[in-house]
Amino acid sequence: MAGVELKNVEKSFGAVTAVKGLDITFEEGSFTTLLGPSGCGKTTILRMVAGLEAPTAGDILVGGTRINDVPIHKRNLGLVFQNYALFPHRTIGQNIAFGLKYRGVSGSDAAAKVKAALDIVRLPGVEDRYPAQLSGGQQQRIALARAIVIEPDVLLLDEPLSALDANLREEMRVELKAIQHRIGVTSIFVTHDQSEALAMSDKIIVMSAGKVQQVGAPEEVYNSPANEFVANFLGASNILDVRVAGSDRDAIGLEVPHFGVISVPRARAAGLGDAKSGRLVIRAEKLKLLPAGDAGAGVLAQGVVRAVDYQGQIARYFVQVGDMELQIMNMIDGRPFSAGDATTVAIDPRDCSVLPADG
Amino acid sequence: MADADAALDRRPWFLLAPALLAIAFLVIVPMSFILVYSFYENVDLAVDKVAFQFSNWQALFHDSYYRVAIWKTLRLSVIVTMLAAVLGYIPAYFIAMTTFRHRWLLLLLLILPFWVSFIIRTMSWIHILGNEGALNGILMWLGLIQAPLQMMYQEGTVIIGFLHVFLPYMILNVYVSLEGIDRNLEPAARTLGATPWQAFREVTLPLSMPGLAAGCLLVFVLTGGSYVTPLILGGPRDFLFGNLIHDAVVSELNWPMGATLSFTLLVLLGLVVVAYSRVMGLNQLSKAFR
Repeated sequence: MAGVELKNVEKSFGAVTAVKGLDITFEEGSFTTLLGPSGCGKTTILRMVAGLEAPTAGDILVGGTRINDVPIHKRNLGLVFQNYALFPHRTIGQNIAFGLKYRGVSGSDAAAKVKAALDIVRLPGVEDRYPAQLSGGQQQRIALARAIVIEPDVLLLDEPLSALDANLREEMRVELKAIQHRIGVTSIFVTHDQSEALAMSDKIIVMSAGKVQQVGAPEEVYNSPANEFVANFLGASNILDVRVAGSDRDAIGLEVPHFGVISVPRARAAGLGDAKSGRLVIRAEKLKLLPAGDAGAGVLAQGVVRAVDYQGQIARYFVQVGDMELQIMNMIDGRPFSAGDATTVAIDPRDCSVLPADG
Repeated sequence: MADADAALDRRPWFLLAPALLAIAFLVIVPMSFILVYSFYENVDLAVDKVAFQFSNWQALFHDSYYRVAIWKTLRLSVIVTMLAAVLGYIPAYFIAMTTFRHRWLLLLLLILPFWVSFIIRTMSWIHILGNEGALNGILMWLGLIQAPLQMMYQEGTVIIGFLHVFLPYMILNVYVSLEGIDRNLEPAARTLGATPWQAFREVTLPLSMPGLAAGCLLVFVLTGGSYVTPLILGGPRDFLFGNLIHDAVVSELNWPMGATLSFTLLVLLGLVVVAYSRVMGLNQLSKAFR
């Protein structure tokens, strides 16, 4: 087991730069997620660590040792693919024992390790079946067992849950995290699914266009997005243009159209500096929708519901406030609002964060 | 309801009918005629007498000339098949794995030779390997040899001719098989500790076996049934079983003997096909892909 470090890593495919100037540390034993839309370079990073791509520049270190020139088969990494990549002509037992064979483990030792790995992924006794005889979720467990049985220094997971259906995905999410926690292997997880990233990670690295946008714990990345990309990519956010109306030691007063002045704690507006204007980020689920004329807590504005997206426990409303359209997600308490209802929108200043105007 | 079920039951037969009819009228009926003809008696050139006698079959079993031909055919077919497997696998692998964007162009190049008559393609080797051919010309011009090398009209030339004509069949079969293999399997094997060669041997090669096996069978049967290539490129001693049929029918005008030999070749190659699919376990292999 070992930590992974990327030092000023760059990768170009011909004239196209996939990733640039990456300095990332994956702490030993941690579960780190590379999150971003497709084409952001997250898979390229994983493939470079695995050795399937060579970086154009920079160093990759595993456990403090530079591995740029170490061939794939000597890196001792476990890689789990999105499409499982099990060997269809081999039994489950042979699939899992595949990596053991090259480590000089065979016979009853190998059989015992295979059995232990199958117990970890909770699929005991399927050694003699073929991959095609198992369901997608089971195949992905086998792929995981095959990767961890070799006791890799690093476990690399390339969108391993994307091919599974929704229910199974959530179940596997919990289980994968539990397994990782139990064996304590340094894990790098690649996904474009923000809920997977938030649920599983010790640390999230949000990426876009080959660059790191933000690094932080899930709640940090979610609650204090470093820029508009992160704010939009993780969940639904409303981003409003605001002007600075005044400030004191603890808070900054911001003039928000239709809402009036909102006093945001300084800690939530650190990126603003001395600028006269900025952009206020407020998550859709932090806005509160109230019946018209209701006097709720926080700063209020009047609006009209334009559209409702009913999702069972919660509803997503598109509310017109003056010339702005706000997205609001609220738990349904009793009866949801309908399109055309006049409403009051409440903002709690403590839920806002402020970015510079050009952020 | 019952009528609908009955109609559904008959449907496979309707769909099979054209193929079954074609096989019946174009293979089974003519081959039956040939079998019947093998019992006729050849009186003189092109003069046959309707009879039921076994002199043709006796000749086949007692004349060592025919046994030599069978042995030669078998040997040459095995050599050509093995060379084609090795020489065909490499380009097939390259075409399947290349990241070259215009892969269709490579496949087109593979099919391109079929646009030229196979006789003309075979004859063209005379201009390359003959005493006055390109290769001898170059070697003499370079001063490496003083007199032209005798390269034509021997077994090696026949093998080259066969490879030239049958290699595309091998390449296409192997290519289709390789193309169907998940691209992540080799990287998966590599990350588990296999060297590139081990990953190929453990994963790609076994998974491409159905195509390689089909290509081998095709090349073997095509070679075993040939007579034109040895006729054009071989010497007097380079004859295959097919040449004996050709001689019997065209030169000696002894159709009953030609019929006997034809039927024998059909049975021999048929046995090879049956034995091969049993031994290779082609049906077993497909189980892994259910």
